[in-house]
Amino acid sequence: MNLAVKDIRHNLGRFALTALGIGMLLMIVMGMGGIYRGIIEDATLLVDKAGADLWVVQRGTRGPFAEVSRLPPNLVDRVAAIAGVADTRKFVFHTIQREHRGKPLRMAVLGLDWPTDRGEWLPLMAGRPLAQNHYEMIADRTLGLELDEQIPLGKDTFTVVGLTTGMIDSGGNGLAFFTALDAQAVQFDLPGEAIRLERAARRGRADRIDLSSTQPGLLDRAEGVSAAIPALAPPAVSAILVRVQSGVDPLTVASTISGWADVSVHTREDERQLMLAGPVEKAKLQIGLFRVLLTIISAIVMALILYTMTLDKLQSIALLKLIGAPNRVILGMILQQALVLGALGYGIAYLLGQRIFPRFPRRVILTENDLIELAVIVLGISVLSSLLGMWKAARVSPNEALSG
Amino acid sequence: MSDSLAIETKLLTKVYGSGNTEVVAMRDVSLGVRRGEVVALLGPSGSGKSTFLTAVGLINPPTAGQILINGQLVMDGPRAIVDPTAFRRKHIGYIFQKSNLIPFLSGRENVQVALELAGWRPGKARQRALELLDYLGVADRADNMPAALSGGQQQRVAVARALANQPSIILADEPTAALDRNRGRQVMELFAKVAHEQNAGVIVVTHDERTLEVFDTTYEMEDGVIRPGAGNAHHAMPAEAR
Repeated sequence: MNLAVKDIRHNLGRFALTALGIGMLLMIVMGMGGIYRGIIEDATLLVDKAGADLWVVQRGTRGPFAEVSRLPPNLVDRVAAIAGVADTRKFVFHTIQREHRGKPLRMAVLGLDWPTDRGEWLPLMAGRPLAQNHYEMIADRTLGLELDEQIPLGKDTFTVVGLTTGMIDSGGNGLAFFTALDAQAVQFDLPGEAIRLERAARRGRADRIDLSSTQPGLLDRAEGVSAAIPALAPPAVSAILVRVQSGVDPLTVASTISGWADVSVHTREDERQLMLAGPVEKAKLQIGLFRVLLTIISAIVMALILYTMTLDKLQSIALLKLIGAPNRVILGMILQQALVLGALGYGIAYLLGQRIFPRFPRRVILTENDLIELAVIVLGISVLSSLLGMWKAARVSPNEALSG
Repeated sequence: MSDSLAIETKLLTKVYGSGNTEVVAMRDVSLGVRRGEVVALLGPSGSGKSTFLTAVGLINPPTAGQILINGQLVMDGPRAIVDPTAFRRKHIGYIFQKSNLIPFLSGRENVQVALELAGWRPGKARQRALELLDYLGVADRADNMPAALSGGQQQRVAVARALANQPSIILADEPTAALDRNRGRQVMELFAKVAHEQNAGVIVVTHDERTLEVFDTTYEMEDGVIRPGAGNAHHAMPAEAR
């Protein structure tokens, strides 16, 4: 006869509610781990998906995801000329926030190097890759946009031609993919009045120098479009992605690029580690501490519940001892109840999590290893939390059965 | 003489506290109970009856004196000669003022658990439990939880549990206190019946003098001292004197 099960069945309602409470606590612990995995996955997603062996960025910076990096677009040709480079791509990345359907729409804009890169590598769940140099975009489904929807950005209107799934930046924003030119147009879009003021300011500066007297045409240029002024560089790109030829060590190409004074170069692994050590590190520590605290709280709550359950049946325990039940039978009963409570709580946490986590704004990824790790932790908590109850039960004298 | 006695105590003394707070709950109690004999222990509250009963039941060790069960020395002063838990399981049956059933077990399971603790296989223990409940007239309530049983039915289940392992001694503390006169008498008669049938030595602590004719022998306790009850002097003498 299993006394633990008999006692649980006798107090089924209370036990079920307790298990539900423990389950919800454990679900939060589980969710915290899942959020952490999601952050790591999101942070390294682009680095992994882009498939570049090397990332060339502005000198002294750690790449477009960690901080602002600006490079001249013609750098793509300079890098392509290095021996061992298979191909190079411009990479434009920035985050914008616009109003859409009366709500703020925040998206990470990523420029693809048309026509080399049309987004074929993206995990499309609907639609197609980019098919023209302008006015098309591919959006992640988390942005809430629909296929063929028209989105005005800057002075242009873009059509959603493809939808991806799981493409999120390290900040949790859905990604939108444009050609690099369109991405730059969105990034450097200025209102007409700002352009007119900038041109007037340039004219004023030109007026104040002798050069405008000797070369009056300069004044006309100063009032014209920026792209027509040789001294002003065209809009910058965030990084250059480099893929090396098969059989070539990326470090060999990297050593050549690192000799240039105007850029820095990172391998794919460097870029991953920079992501993980930078923005993700603090989140990891924060979530890790929360997990530890929640785990301790779960253990304390479980211990108190098991202790209370033990107090409730002290008379029965004394009686069992009186009729000759050895301590191992009593302690076994409490331990089994703790394990059942832990196992039920874990199961509830998993089932609830499966339904609730997909509704979280950030991705919650439950890996098999994390689930096994939590199961072991719950097992440990169950055993530890039963100690208080077992200690109390061990001290019960059979004499107490007579005093009831 | 010890060979024929189910229970024998020699100069049992129990002292609580020390110095100014010292209380002598039981003083030099010597008693013998034969197999098949039903003994009543009378006395006012605080007279030491329960202290004596818990000492003989190996629950509350005496400060001094000896306890022999079936001729075997089990307690020598406060020192246990045997493993009290294992010994209780095999040789002693208890019945209390309240039925003291385990609330999360049915009537049948309350009996069955005592058998399983003694090493019975679950199937056989279940069978034996049902037989005992049938013997005590509560087989039809075997699957009821204690809360659904009347006081008399609960007490019968408790008796069944006490008898489950065919103990050589049965100790009962005010077993009829929660019952009306008729039911109290029925329970007392039941003790006498099973004591005689199972050849067990029975000690019943009671206040209820209306049922004394059921008992083979009566003793009275007052201020921790035991003396023979009226009309049965042949058993009332202290053991060392016999």
